[in-house]
Amino acid sequence: MKTSRRTLFATMLTLSTLAVAACGGGGSETPAADGKVTLTYALWDDRQQPAYQQCADAFQAKNPGISIKITQSGWDQYWTDLTAKLVAGDAPDVFTDHLSRYPELAANNQVLDIQPYVDKDKLDLSIYQKGLADLWVRDGKRYGLPKDWDTIAVVYNTEQVAKAGIDPAEFATWTWNPTDGGDFEKAVAKLTVDGKGRNGLDPDFDKNDVKTYGLALETGGGAYGQGQWSHFAASDGFVFTDKNPFGSRYNYDDPKLAETIDWYAGLIKKGYMPPYDQAGKLGVTPMMEAGKAAMVTTGSWTISSWGKDFAFAPLPVGPQGRKTMINGLADSIYAGTQHKDEAWKWVSFLGSAECQDLIAQNAVVFPAITTSADKAMAAHKAAGRDVSAFVEEANDPQGTFLYPITDNAAKVEQLVLAAYESVMLGKATASTALPAVNTEVNNLFQ
Amino acid sequence: MAATLLARPLGRRTARRAGPSWQRGHGRIALVFLAPALIGFAVFYLVPTVRGLWFSFTDYNLLSDPAVVGLDNYGEVLSDQVFWNALKVTGVYVVFNVATQTVLALGLAVLMERLTRSVMIKAMVLLPWLVPNVTIALLWMWLLDTNVGFVNHVLEQIGLAKQGFLFSPDQSILTIASINTWRHVGYTALLLFAGMQLIPRHLYEAARIDGAGEWRTFQRITLPLLRPVLALVLVVSLIGSFQIFDTVAVTTEGSPVNASRVIYYYIYEKAFTQFEFGYASAMSVFLILLLVALTLLQMRLLRASTSDLA
Repeated sequence: MKTSRRTLFATMLTLSTLAVAACGGGGSETPAADGKVTLTYALWDDRQQPAYQQCADAFQAKNPGISIKITQSGWDQYWTDLTAKLVAGDAPDVFTDHLSRYPELAANNQVLDIQPYVDKDKLDLSIYQKGLADLWVRDGKRYGLPKDWDTIAVVYNTEQVAKAGIDPAEFATWTWNPTDGGDFEKAVAKLTVDGKGRNGLDPDFDKNDVKTYGLALETGGGAYGQGQWSHFAASDGFVFTDKNPFGSRYNYDDPKLAETIDWYAGLIKKGYMPPYDQAGKLGVTPMMEAGKAAMVTTGSWTISSWGKDFAFAPLPVGPQGRKTMINGLADSIYAGTQHKDEAWKWVSFLGSAECQDLIAQNAVVFPAITTSADKAMAAHKAAGRDVSAFVEEANDPQGTFLYPITDNAAKVEQLVLAAYESVMLGKATASTALPAVNTEVNNLFQ
Repeated sequence: MAATLLARPLGRRTARRAGPSWQRGHGRIALVFLAPALIGFAVFYLVPTVRGLWFSFTDYNLLSDPAVVGLDNYGEVLSDQVFWNALKVTGVYVVFNVATQTVLALGLAVLMERLTRSVMIKAMVLLPWLVPNVTIALLWMWLLDTNVGFVNHVLEQIGLAKQGFLFSPDQSILTIASINTWRHVGYTALLLFAGMQLIPRHLYEAARIDGAGEWRTFQRITLPLLRPVLALVLVVSLIGSFQIFDTVAVTTEGSPVNASRVIYYYIYEKAFTQFEFGYASAMSVFLILLLVALTLLQMRLLRASTSDLA
């Protein structure tokens, strides 16, 4: 009796321990049945998944020994999911990487240095849009191969622009400055219409009863204002960091930034842009589609979400010229992958003209290879969209500046967003809030 | 928590008895039956808590090994304005949520008790509670949107000004609290309604014979006799309300400025978007202390609430 009880106890203890161990273990590789290697590839944009599936099919046809499994999750979950999998040592072999995220991953040895492979294959990096490939190099190590790029331009409602008596041809040379907003603000004012049909230039314009705002407002975008204000600030001469990539000091205390943000927040006070607390989180698209806003600055990644009523125009020319932020994505290899060589094969295929031409035909993003980007533009044209504004800006050697790449990006975002929001809500002025937060930001780099 | 409460008195009792319990034969078999619960408790509560406590003394970003930094994290927490603001915001949320929820639920419970026998209606008040939190958050985010939302459309139709609701610094946390009040009021009302069934009918008959009106009956009979149930409901909603996270995560993500950055969301942000796991753990330890205080309050309240019916 005694023994049996003891055995029972021991068995139960073992069983429960096993059960617990089984929970913790997990993450084993899928067994390679016929010596075939399965690579997982992660991306966040569902609109791009079909295009990359075509790439994967082409790749598998050429490399019968390797099969590609694509996983997709939305931007927010993507990074949480990726972090969890990196911690568990079970990350996708190859994943889409973002400039703001890779420094942290690289610093923690999670991304494979592909420079040796690039050297071995004598890969020609000059085929990519200028500057894109070098963004992924830190201290002689290369952490990704460029896949696409994006710039900012203006999207407007063609019908409302016509109704306001504006000739879209004027947009080609329109100006902006932080004092009175230049031609750009004039257009915004003309497009703003109140409940009695008066536009923003009318002396009787009622800013408390606006029916259509001239400029839509996208919430967020505190630290980098990629789609919101970065182009205005840069065309006024503002530079984010002491150097890029890998600056160690931010310049949020620059008076040029303060005057730009104050001008931007001033549009709200004038009634040309919706109040920050009423801009909502649904994004600018529903507002524009409902005809409640006529114009907005936006990134090229949103092109395919705009319908027939909308057209694109270049950004206005500021005191220092026309400037757009250019940002690029790349494919990175997980440092802990079991199949480094196969993963490189896939990454170099993703970065080849063969794959990027396939991406171009789908007309969702602009591929990193310049010849493929031209094909993407042609594909857009065939679909009835003129997206030359984005491409011409990217091709202007003086017209682009890079997305700021630094350490501590997530912390910078949180700090600056709070300061920016207090300005946009009218609770502080940019000239006091921004220098204060700049000290906090730069303390992160001490 | 339940496991600790159970385990403690049991341990005391065995210790007080004469002679080692092993020799009396029941101890071992008891241990066998306790094993699943004990192992579960150790794996899911004890180990994570101890690990979290350890992390709170380290600088740990999840991907590299933790480096011990002593009490640095705690010092930083104490001087972190956002942390204290998050506690304040959470406090406002809890007070507003529990107050509105309990008062409305009490009213609803009385209506159910006095006016209807319909099971259909009783089931209907429970409906919002059956819908997942995230769905509710998304639903209200669309309804309350300033530009395309239904609520603002109605406000404008009746001549009132548009409201920012979720994204207005003054209304944000109250809006979130109201959304969760709406979701939980039916459930709370049902609990209170069940409590009312315990009150003997004859007391109401006696009151009516004595000529007491509806309000006086409620004040003098329903409310005092409902006290034990009310205390339980209050305490349970207080603890539940403190855990606000999902509505914030889906709708405002802490914006505008820090107006809706509640404590759990701030801890989550630090741990999983900024990779400051050590710092997040230190904040969690503070929170444990706070919750222990709340739990002690809970026990005190429950002990005090012996029924007046006896």
